[in-house]
Amino acid sequence: MTRSAYPGYDVLDGWDTPSFDAPTRAVLDRRLNDVPPRRFFTEAEWPVLDALCARIMPQPERSAPVPIAPWIDAACHADQSSGTRRDGMPADAEAWRQGLAALEAEAQAAHGRGFTDLADEAQDALLKRVDAGDVSAAEWQGLPPQDFFRQIVLRQIVRIYYVHPAAQSEIGFGGPASPRGYVRLSADRADPWEAPPGKWEEP
Amino acid sequence: MSTTPGHAPRATNGTAPDVFSAHGTVPMRQHHVADEVDFAIVGTGCGGGVLAAKLAEAGHSVVAFDAGPFFRPLSDFASDEAEQNKLYWLDPRIAAGEDPIEFGSNNSGRAVGGSTVHFQMVALRFNPDWFASRSRLGYGVDWPVDWREMWDCYAEAESASAISGPIRYPWGPSRGRYPYREHEINAAGHVLVEGAEAMGVDWAATPLATVSAPHGRSPPCVYRGFCKIGCSTNAKQSVLVAFIPRALAAGAEIRDLATVGRIETTRDGRHAIGVHYHRDGAWHFQRARNVVVAGYSIETPRLLLNSASGAHPQGLANSSGTVGRYLMVHSNDAVWGTFDREIRWYKGPPSMACCEHFNYFDDIPDGGFARDFEGGYAFMSQGPLPADFATALATGTGLFGADLRERMMLYNRMAGLKMVGEVLPDADNRVTLAEETDDLGLPRARVSFTAGDNDRRVAAHGRRFMGALLEAAGGRDLIETTGTAHLMGGCRMGHAPEDSVTDADGRTWDVPNLWICDGSLMPTGGGVNPSMTIMANAIRIARRMGAAAGRRARA
Repeated sequence: MTRSAYPGYDVLDGWDTPSFDAPTRAVLDRRLNDVPPRRFFTEAEWPVLDALCARIMPQPERSAPVPIAPWIDAACHADQSSGTRRDGMPADAEAWRQGLAALEAEAQAAHGRGFTDLADEAQDALLKRVDAGDVSAAEWQGLPPQDFFRQIVLRQIVRIYYVHPAAQSEIGFGGPASPRGYVRLSADRADPWEAPPGKWEEP
Repeated sequence: MSTTPGHAPRATNGTAPDVFSAHGTVPMRQHHVADEVDFAIVGTGCGGGVLAAKLAEAGHSVVAFDAGPFFRPLSDFASDEAEQNKLYWLDPRIAAGEDPIEFGSNNSGRAVGGSTVHFQMVALRFNPDWFASRSRLGYGVDWPVDWREMWDCYAEAESASAISGPIRYPWGPSRGRYPYREHEINAAGHVLVEGAEAMGVDWAATPLATVSAPHGRSPPCVYRGFCKIGCSTNAKQSVLVAFIPRALAAGAEIRDLATVGRIETTRDGRHAIGVHYHRDGAWHFQRARNVVVAGYSIETPRLLLNSASGAHPQGLANSSGTVGRYLMVHSNDAVWGTFDREIRWYKGPPSMACCEHFNYFDDIPDGGFARDFEGGYAFMSQGPLPADFATALATGTGLFGADLRERMMLYNRMAGLKMVGEVLPDADNRVTLAEETDDLGLPRARVSFTAGDNDRRVAAHGRRFMGALLEAAGGRDLIETTGTAHLMGGCRMGHAPEDSVTDADGRTWDVPNLWICDGSLMPTGGGVNPSMTIMANAIRIARRMGAAAGRRARA
């Protein structure tokens, strides 16, 4: 894993500055301190979902990884939609349930073991086959594998990760910016309340 | 923090939210449902919001409905991509066809002020020839509108929205000065500038609907960069900020969290008599002398189709079978590159520099990019927020895991260009009703879209040219993503009742006191962001219908 060019930078250091307004602090307080409990997925589904999240957004260097599965569970529990449902797809929550079962079935068919018991490389290889549509388990039940993988799995997991302050800090994003925005807009210029210039390791 | 709207209407008891305050209200005239108001308008975005202000100012009684909440940006909006999902139409549409359209945050607002609450504020005009693309350029279809009338309406829309733009715009006929001076171009925009200079094409500071100096109660833009998920300072001139206060001050009533489910007509189907709407947990019926549908390209056809009756078995105003057809999007393909310098594109509005070269020319001066398509495209610099960009990379390329995280580590050194490419009207790209229903029991929209050969050529040309331009500016390791933006058509206006839904005034051919006023009217999509064209068209329609319907109302 490439290291962050912004070691030590934390968007949350701006919490008490004019970059963080009250609505934003309230939202982030909930995200950081009010991680929802499991309500939608079963005890059997949960480890598969968690393992999947760990392959899409691996965080081996973090002792406390950014939580992802709980937010997917919360969205499914609330029957949330993104506003789009591909023709032939069930509602998002049902697609998750079907898709996880299919993933588990593919792991069993290929390796005789569950998805959570596969090595990282085997999990990645299986996910790439799903993305290529190169899967055939009956458990897909007509769910289009690539649509499930990109439009549900990738879209939701990646989004949950990058709205977290820890993810935003590692890429040097400015973070919340209201009411104070920015003054220095040119290349290689940064305001004092932004991340300092990155420490780039040139290839 | 104030209560997040979404559960209880805020425009009630003779007051509506004062959008310029954290918690305040302004007086609002209210009508009884049994009052026959001059205009019931369904939707309050670029079409309905603008029309509500114009008609109320002309002295008409107006009730404008919106399915979404009435936000006060200062206290409701956070600097957070997940929280701001509340701006979008998240009730699912069924996306079908070979190139299913992405809805939600991509193109569909659900709020008083419509999609302008989250639009990117790019304020461009059509190439005048596009209003007669069939007769002047040989493709598409002619609008039933003269470009010079639109030119005057664009000026009014730009003035009302206090557009900040350059003193001289490089393309198209003279358009005078923009009301506010252009914004300082950010580093992401300078990549476009540098590339354009190298390729020998013009560029411009993008005309933007966010103010570069104080305007009324709007402060100047502070370049916080969250424009696409809602401006929390009110520098952005959304319809919520620029037109809704005008509408209220002139006596219009806004009903927020009010979903119109059906338009009622007389038994013979010849006249609309009002709308059935759901608010506060119950259905109500508002009587009206005129009904205007302004729900944009999905909800407008859906409402007309859901209003079928014995006299209109195919759906209201659909004797031609055109309702829902000729739906268009824009090709929104993009090219992203890595640079040696830190760009930090998150600062400032997302698109601060633009290039409309291929909306007006057939090649670049040095050659090599000869036009091989009908229509045109513009492209702009880009500044996506982290989750938005990471999702585009992942869903667009299949990148995940450590590869994705590593690519995202370069976020601050990336720049990108994104196109708004013309898509030709096709009768088979259409909105129909799905079998399944929503929470109110109304059939959902099913939307089928398949790009045509010309559409693909436009997108391919755009990717090639944007890639060359990025490399000329020093970009490397280019990544391409594909996608669509915007919605247009679906209830097009036209010259004849056989192949269009309304006449040039937005009046439906079938029901003389039923009107449409939104982007669904657009017969072609052009190669620029549509908001200014929808607003200008609404202003044009208001000028015409105000007089016509007013005479009818008084008769």
